[in-house]
Amino acid sequence: MQFVIYLTFIIFSISMVLVFIRLIIGPTLPDRVVALELLASIIVGMIGAYAIYTDTSSFIDVAIVAALTAFLAAIGFARFLERGGPRND
Amino acid sequence: MIDWIIKLLMLSSAIFTLLAAVGIIRLPDLLTRMHATTKAGALGIALMMVATMFHFFDAVVFAKGLAVIIFILITAPIAAHAIGRAGYFVGIPVWERTIKDELVHCYDEDTHRLLSGLETEEELEIYRQNLDLKPRIRIKQKTTE
Repeated sequence: MQFVIYLTFIIFSISMVLVFIRLIIGPTLPDRVVALELLASIIVGMIGAYAIYTDTSSFIDVAIVAALTAFLAAIGFARFLERGGPRND
Repeated sequence: MIDWIIKLLMLSSAIFTLLAAVGIIRLPDLLTRMHATTKAGALGIALMMVATMFHFFDAVVFAKGLAVIIFILITAPIAAHAIGRAGYFVGIPVWERTIKDELVHCYDEDTHRLLSGLETEEELEIYRQNLDLKPRIRIKQKTTE
């Protein structure tokens, strides 16, 4: 069980690094917003894995809050892009 | 037995998330990148929550995990729709081998209006008459009396 949990964390970390690359090189602002959203998804998955690792079920509440803030951030960025504003890619 | 199910769910969740990350790196433009991240990311979270449900095997954790899954399944399409719409209107470059773009002449950048292309003559007449009414965020002004 330990080995599988470590392997899960390693794979999540690799995908986090890949998303960070897109976050840095992303040519436009919407690309970066998509990368941030996927980063939040990875964090929610990691919180689930950590809840199994530490055998503490309270971490699932943190996952709920993380998913909620990610959704609000995505909607806010979309609103900001559509209404216009100073954009500097 | 249930241990093996948990291991399988955790590993498949991680692999789907890795697939989403590879997709966001490798695919050519914004819309195809969103196509990779939205679906694979949501499936990754759902599988991990099912794994936690099996691990704790408790009614409270079951309810919380189900809440996370339903929330993700509701909000992921909404967020993807909002970002895709905003990105298209901002004018992101589309992949040069895109075959069809049905909205290419339907959006007016000055007035922020989107036509569907299926309007009747009467509706187009109403549209032309109201061109100077720009939709904007309305701010209530305080009236000092």
